[in-house]
Amino acid sequence: MQQQRAENRLVLAHLYVALVCVFIGTFFGLMQVTSRAGLFQVPAWFDYYRMLTAHGVLLALVFTTLFITGLSTYATYRSIERPNRSLAIAWTAWWTMIVGTAMAAYEILAGNATVLYTFYAPLKASPWFYVGATLLVVGTWIVLLDILLEIKYFRGTHPGERIPLPVYMAVTNFIMWFLATVGLAVEVIFQLIPWSFGWVPGVDVALSRILFWYFGHPLVYFWLLGAYLIWYGVIPKILGVPVFSDSLTRVAFILLMILSLPVGVHHEFADPGIAHVWKLLQTGFTMMVVIPSLMTAFALFAVFEQAAAKQGKTGFIGIVSSLPWKNPTFLGSVLGMILFIFGGFGGIVNASYAMDILVHNTMWVVGHFHITVGGPVALTFLAATYTLIPTLTGRRFTSDGLARVQVWLWFIGMAIMSVGMHVEGLLGAPRREASLVYGGNPIAASWEPWSILSAIGGTIVFASVLVYLVAFLKMVFGGEKGETRFEFAEPDRYAKDTPAVLDRLGLWALVGVALVVIAYSGPVVQHFQYHIYDAPGMRTW
Amino acid sequence: MACFFVIVLSLAVFADINPPSHGETIDPTKVATTAPFDHPGLRQTGPKTYEAYYVGQVFLWTPASITIPVGSTVTFYVTSEDVVHGFSIPQEDVNAEIMPGWVSSVTHTFTRAGDFPIVCNQYCGIGHSTMFAHVIVK
Repeated sequence: MQQQRAENRLVLAHLYVALVCVFIGTFFGLMQVTSRAGLFQVPAWFDYYRMLTAHGVLLALVFTTLFITGLSTYATYRSIERPNRSLAIAWTAWWTMIVGTAMAAYEILAGNATVLYTFYAPLKASPWFYVGATLLVVGTWIVLLDILLEIKYFRGTHPGERIPLPVYMAVTNFIMWFLATVGLAVEVIFQLIPWSFGWVPGVDVALSRILFWYFGHPLVYFWLLGAYLIWYGVIPKILGVPVFSDSLTRVAFILLMILSLPVGVHHEFADPGIAHVWKLLQTGFTMMVVIPSLMTAFALFAVFEQAAAKQGKTGFIGIVSSLPWKNPTFLGSVLGMILFIFGGFGGIVNASYAMDILVHNTMWVVGHFHITVGGPVALTFLAATYTLIPTLTGRRFTSDGLARVQVWLWFIGMAIMSVGMHVEGLLGAPRREASLVYGGNPIAASWEPWSILSAIGGTIVFASVLVYLVAFLKMVFGGEKGETRFEFAEPDRYAKDTPAVLDRLGLWALVGVALVVIAYSGPVVQHFQYHIYDAPGMRTW
Repeated sequence: MACFFVIVLSLAVFADINPPSHGETIDPTKVATTAPFDHPGLRQTGPKTYEAYYVGQVFLWTPASITIPVGSTVTFYVTSEDVVHGFSIPQEDVNAEIMPGWVSSVTHTFTRAGDFPIVCNQYCGIGHSTMFAHVIVK
């Protein structure tokens, strides 16, 4: 009991930092979406791009990462019973991430790192911004180490048994993340840090972009697999049915782990210096990621059907009417899934070799990631906290109505904002713009109604955050003492037949590395055949 | 899989639907003295065909304006003197990343008359949203 309380405090420490980032980051988002639409003149202290950097870093990098580290640690500790578990490694990870986040956040808010969350060289931020980002990533590596040590302990004490499914989902995500962040580490440690300290005069811009996007696309799957962990693991438990299929789940996670890696060049379709053939090859790999995502959709619908069948309900209406819509964790997750259907459609456009040019660097892309990471991922995470946080604090959350209002507002607001952004993008509006005036050009004027629609949607999302703040305070300080259970579903009855090879994580990691070699040796070898001029870099803000 | 890949690649090359993938490097510190970017601007290469050389820098494109007749095919060559920019003509499907040290190229035929802005669609600094030039098609 004592030990469980100590573990709960650790997980809460991850979640609280993540949620503070939500409160700050979405406020900046509100300011951006409304001022960009020309609805008000931003005050002098509000520097659009500085706040945009903070918005991206706090929400897309820190909130997601800290929530996933917390959730994955929880999934591991609750699935692997271990008396007298030491939390020293886990707390080291947390402190490393916190120190890194604080360093990077300070430099951003001080105006020394207005480079946005992609920090494309040769925009030159303070070196401490890059050091902070490095520490955040190193912290996640320590989390992976902690999970691997727990698996080692489990295998030692349970010879011949399968890795528990929640731990399996967590660890495959972190192995993929580790392999991806190696690219980021090479970029930051060997290129950006020495250059920003002034130890070397320039930076190889094209190489830095290949390394960044080698990391950048697996990053989005890292976010998504956090939500998948809840969809595959927790949603069936809420519905009172087992996991749909242990083996399907493991195959989906393995496919996502290896296929997320060789696809980053689809972010660089418009870059010079990478031949068509390599861009097309990675388009092919990208489209293969659709397979495990469709498997996920299939598994989820099957779980809904099984839950309805238990109540004797069949047919579309029977299934829909039998689901527990009053449960905010369930409701938020399903609304997130609905957004993800549209996010998936848009993603196929972005990753399409020829179509990307229509939308590359336009507001379409911004709309896309707001109904992917901002939709299914963020909404599932926030909805999960309604069960997870009371579980950890030993309380009962009784404001379900408030929570349902919050998830509906998020869903509606994000849908409206994203429609505005997608249409604006199709009309050619560039992303990351503080203003859209362009000397009164009629093409630019055609974007205005859609940017106003986005502002309306963004305001609704922020209203959702305010409701969440009230619900959050009730979860932490109010409510009654009692027991809440954030639990993972039982394995299905065929789980013992799951092929053992799926648990050979080292082998699959090697397959992932092999795909990376296939996908990247072409562009990298080609890169070094050019005469490369390093760019000196500058501060343009 | 391999077969499919080869077929799609052949179709893409044949149908010319490829994204800009020009491969040419340039010293970003010497753009102003390197031909042809020492004299950015429009050159006619045939009836209704042109080459246009652009330099991006914070926060403007040079040349600031070009004028061409309807039906002109223009091959743009663009480089940057400082940070990464994005060379985009909204609604005309001209869209390329412009990186210091590299020349990007994209060819486009203008079939409608109008005043088309060339915007910067890759964040380049405080004046990013004021960075634009004109293509006037008559």
